[in-house]
Amino acid sequence: MIALAALALAPLGGLARLAAHSDAEIWAHLAAYVLPPALANTLLLLGGVAAVTAVVGVGTAWIVTAFEFPGRAALIWLLPLPLALPTYIVAYVYVDILDTLGPVQRALRATLGWSAEFLNVRSLGGAVLVMGFVLYPYVYLGARAMFQTQSAATVEMARIFGAGKWRLARDITLPLARPAIAAGLTLALLETLNDIGASEYLGVHTLTLSIFTTWLNRGSLPGAAQIACLMLVAVAALLAVERLGWRRRAFTGLDQQARTPRAVLSRRGRWLATAACLVPVTFGFLVPAGFLASEVVARGLLVGFDSALVRHAATTVALAAVATTLTIAFGFGAAVAVRLVRDPLAAACVATAGLGYALPGTVLALGLLSPVIAVDEAVNALVERIAGRDVGLVIMGSGAAIVVAYVIRFLSIAIGFGQAGFARISHDLDDAARTTGARAAGMIWTIHLPLARPALWGAALLVFVDCLKELPATLLLRPLNVETLSTYVYQFATRGSFEEGALAALLIVAVGIPAVMRMVRYADDALHVAVTSPPEPQR
Amino acid sequence: MKVSLRIAGTLVVTSLMASAAFAQSGEVNVYTYRETKLIQPLLEAFTGATGIKVNVISASSGLEQRIKSEGTHSPADVLLTVDIGRLEDAVQAGISQPISSPLLDQVIAPQFRDPEAHWYGVSLRARVVYASKDRVTQSAITYEELAEPKWRGKICVRSGQHIYNNALFAAVITKYGVDKSEEWLRGLKANLAQKPSGGDREAARDVAAGKCDLGIGNTYYWALMHDREADKKAWAEATKVILPTFVGGGTHVNLSGVVLAKHAPNKANAMKLIEWLVGEKAQHMYADMNYEYPVRAGIALNPTIAGYGPLTPDPMPIAKIAQNRKAAANLVDKVGFDN
Repeated sequence: MIALAALALAPLGGLARLAAHSDAEIWAHLAAYVLPPALANTLLLLGGVAAVTAVVGVGTAWIVTAFEFPGRAALIWLLPLPLALPTYIVAYVYVDILDTLGPVQRALRATLGWSAEFLNVRSLGGAVLVMGFVLYPYVYLGARAMFQTQSAATVEMARIFGAGKWRLARDITLPLARPAIAAGLTLALLETLNDIGASEYLGVHTLTLSIFTTWLNRGSLPGAAQIACLMLVAVAALLAVERLGWRRRAFTGLDQQARTPRAVLSRRGRWLATAACLVPVTFGFLVPAGFLASEVVARGLLVGFDSALVRHAATTVALAAVATTLTIAFGFGAAVAVRLVRDPLAAACVATAGLGYALPGTVLALGLLSPVIAVDEAVNALVERIAGRDVGLVIMGSGAAIVVAYVIRFLSIAIGFGQAGFARISHDLDDAARTTGARAAGMIWTIHLPLARPALWGAALLVFVDCLKELPATLLLRPLNVETLSTYVYQFATRGSFEEGALAALLIVAVGIPAVMRMVRYADDALHVAVTSPPEPQR
Repeated sequence: MKVSLRIAGTLVVTSLMASAAFAQSGEVNVYTYRETKLIQPLLEAFTGATGIKVNVISASSGLEQRIKSEGTHSPADVLLTVDIGRLEDAVQAGISQPISSPLLDQVIAPQFRDPEAHWYGVSLRARVVYASKDRVTQSAITYEELAEPKWRGKICVRSGQHIYNNALFAAVITKYGVDKSEEWLRGLKANLAQKPSGGDREAARDVAAGKCDLGIGNTYYWALMHDREADKKAWAEATKVILPTFVGGGTHVNLSGVVLAKHAPNKANAMKLIEWLVGEKAQHMYADMNYEYPVRAGIALNPTIAGYGPLTPDPMPIAKIAQNRKAAANLVDKVGFDN
């Protein structure tokens, strides 16, 4: 566990090294002119995204778990899909569609004579909506996994005592799912904090952007690293407060009985449910993906297929698969360990290990450079002594550095989902298993993992798709001649013609879709097994 | 998952073999801020001409930091940049070495190279005005004029912290000093039609949409939209490019340039590449494919670029502009340009 924390601390150490030069002059300047507006913009953006993702994520998760309605089977796996689209690409798409010269305003002008300038996406409101509709799946996935495993008995009991569906949602379902919702919301907000491309393009000057301008324009890497450190401290403090909030309460509401049957709605209610789920799917996925598809056709990207894309896709999937496997193993391992050990030091280590997500990707990559290369130097020296051969920088040169960055960055997803999943399993179960003589390993295998499987698959899906589209760390840490789909898309986007990368962007989605479908199904099957056949504790 | 693990394993092994091969002759390793796709044709032509294989990594920031961290084992031979700022950053980071080439000194004007020979420009781009064809009648303009009240609420531009604007503002400081430049920048800020956002293409888009009369952008974006991007041709056609000048001076130009890495493992090949880039063939390619101004004299411009009229670069040494980048960034903060 300490090793895991050390791994996550490596880039922070590198960052601290960069920050360890005083630059008093820059701070006077930053405090006077840069940070106040950047902080205000950042808080407004975070507040807005929190509101959108919470309402959309929790709302849709509740609807698909609680009700039966037309199209539900398809919507279950359509709802997470916006995840597979890079946020900045969606920002570009919406500017193209909604700007003054775009098709929507043109149509409004032609038919109704409106000049619909309020549709201006290049604004704070635009950024909130774009990011909200791309990032709500983080909340949706967490909330759905929790709603699904909610005890039928609890729900039935509440119903018997006359709770209607709204009261049920407000008093039972939501509070019990709070850890998962909080975890999902945290991820969505940290993703927002990590964004540079969309906010710069939409003209929202955030703290993250000010880290970059301080580094590249104000010429102060220490100043930039210091802002990043402060941001990290703020995030860590908020996370700690949130954890404290739910750790004192019990959320164990899971038992071995059958799931609550989904309620049947009135005719109108059914179609309302369908519509409510279709809105985020449309804005977060169908519109941007449709736009990309039309660009693929219009630009003949399929006809003039760039064969290198196959190689890039294979590279992308391989890196993401390896990183996901490691991240889930480490993350769930850590979450289980914390549960079994119940030791504050272990908990602190795990909380530290989750900090990687709170750093913008480029900052993480910058911080990783020196520790990774220090290991590389050591390996090289060792090989030179033993074999008398200079192998150069093995980790940097092989792409292993990218995997390390992914694991550090996305560990908190696995830990968060793991802990939220395990929090639902009563400690009574552990105690009962222990009295029957079960060992820790057997208990994890037969009780914890099966019961936490929906959370596990949810986390795996998120990590995998996040790895597929990760850009900044990949960009800076990849070996010569290696591209992933997202770095490939990016080279068109930096030149201002992201449409040329439309096919590669869709390939990210295409790789993501089977993963989403498969994991949604696995999660459901796992749940089915878990709730219908009580695990046998080892004797 | 098993299959992907196997793929990953193969990948790791092959890249290990590849990284071991880098040290061998017949290769050169290029770290570039310029997108791979854009320079690929140039590099392929180089390989065709010399048989030297080119390995590439591109990124948008942090390459100096990477080379610096990689230290003596860095595979980097050559760093290509799209902006004067990054050239200066590379020198400051201590990752460059002087390039000694009589050919480069002969071909590239002193204004466009480092006095200490740590970097050389290979192509130029100018920061110009996209003016509305309908609403702007004048055919000449000065940078000074952009701050005059006659343009109140009529100018669109991307973030003042973007490297291209940063270099333009640094050039103004080089000309007029910080105090007068602050006044100028406040004037320009007052003339903006909207909060800075988007990229250089949006400057043309917004002029075409009637949001403003003047957009500020680089020379090649307009040409790309006009010649190559059918969906954006209308934006270019709604505007005309005016090459602004400083009063009594010329047009602000920025450089894409080249640095020789301090620990370049393939130095001889790196020198061949650098010299090839300013050769006639490569310079023609820069002009025709990338719509840039060749740094070498006597190379024909792309017809669309030539259509802007003759370019007279301002005579200030580019190295001087680089020194004022930080001051320019601070001014942008101070006048709240992006707020």
